[in-house]
Amino acid sequence: MNRLIDMKIGEVLNEISLEPVSRIDLIKYAGASGDFNPIHTIDKEATKAGLPGIIAHGMWTMGNLSKLFTPYLEEGFIQDYKIRFADMVFLDDVITLKAVLDEVHENYLDFDVMAVKANGKVAIKGNVRFKIYQ
Amino acid sequence: MYKNVIGKKSKKVKNMVERGMVKRFAESIGDSHPIFIDEEYGRQSRYKKNIAPPTFPRVFDYGEINELYLPNVGLIHGEQTYHYERPLLVGETIYCFTEVADYYEKKASLGLLGFIVLKRYGEDAEGNTIFTEDQSIIITETIRKELSK
Repeated sequence: MNRLIDMKIGEVLNEISLEPVSRIDLIKYAGASGDFNPIHTIDKEATKAGLPGIIAHGMWTMGNLSKLFTPYLEEGFIQDYKIRFADMVFLDDVITLKAVLDEVHENYLDFDVMAVKANGKVAIKGNVRFKIYQ
Repeated sequence: MYKNVIGKKSKKVKNMVERGMVKRFAESIGDSHPIFIDEEYGRQSRYKKNIAPPTFPRVFDYGEINELYLPNVGLIHGEQTYHYERPLLVGETIYCFTEVADYYEKKASLGLLGFIVLKRYGEDAEGNTIFTEDQSIIITETIRKELSK
């Protein structure tokens, strides 16, 4: 398998496109995370809160995005993971996960990461600092 | 309005990085890699154990800050950061607590927004920090006015 330290600045990790967001995805995340805020699972509660429909947990999208780095966890680990939640994710949205290498340091690599919706809008974006084991 | 709770902390709560929880969590984010869930794979890895995905601390109990009241609707999760000294190991015990790190208000197109920053800590039994987390929550003007009534 490729190693992250062989990457050059501007190179990208293999993108991942998720299946369209489904209610069961969000019910499973609610159960696994313990975040039962009903705006993520129950239509009536979402509309009561002024939303057009249920929205994905921001942390579900953030959790998904980190899997771009999972194949490299023998080489290092995510030391810092910083995300700004920019746009809501609704049912049936198709999310693509991206990471591009921004800076190379002796002990760590800095990536720009984002999850983008099919309409091109950024749902979440931020940075990953991947610490390399010496 | 939350200025007076800056610096308030919860009591430490004992949490386990439980194997079943890690598996279910990894599945829920579509990340069922054997490094998280396969015992033999974990043993053969450099960690000698399975580890947990970086956003797993979502499941931990951080205790309550008695002085802090947050409504359960109308809050917007603005930003989230994690900092790790090392990955979490399946089976280990982590002591967690939370603190109100900051509160400030900012004018935006939606009105005067409140920003509350909660800092969370995860420590091992010896008190070494394993991870910290910053969660920034936006309180809309409507909710803020409601609360100050």
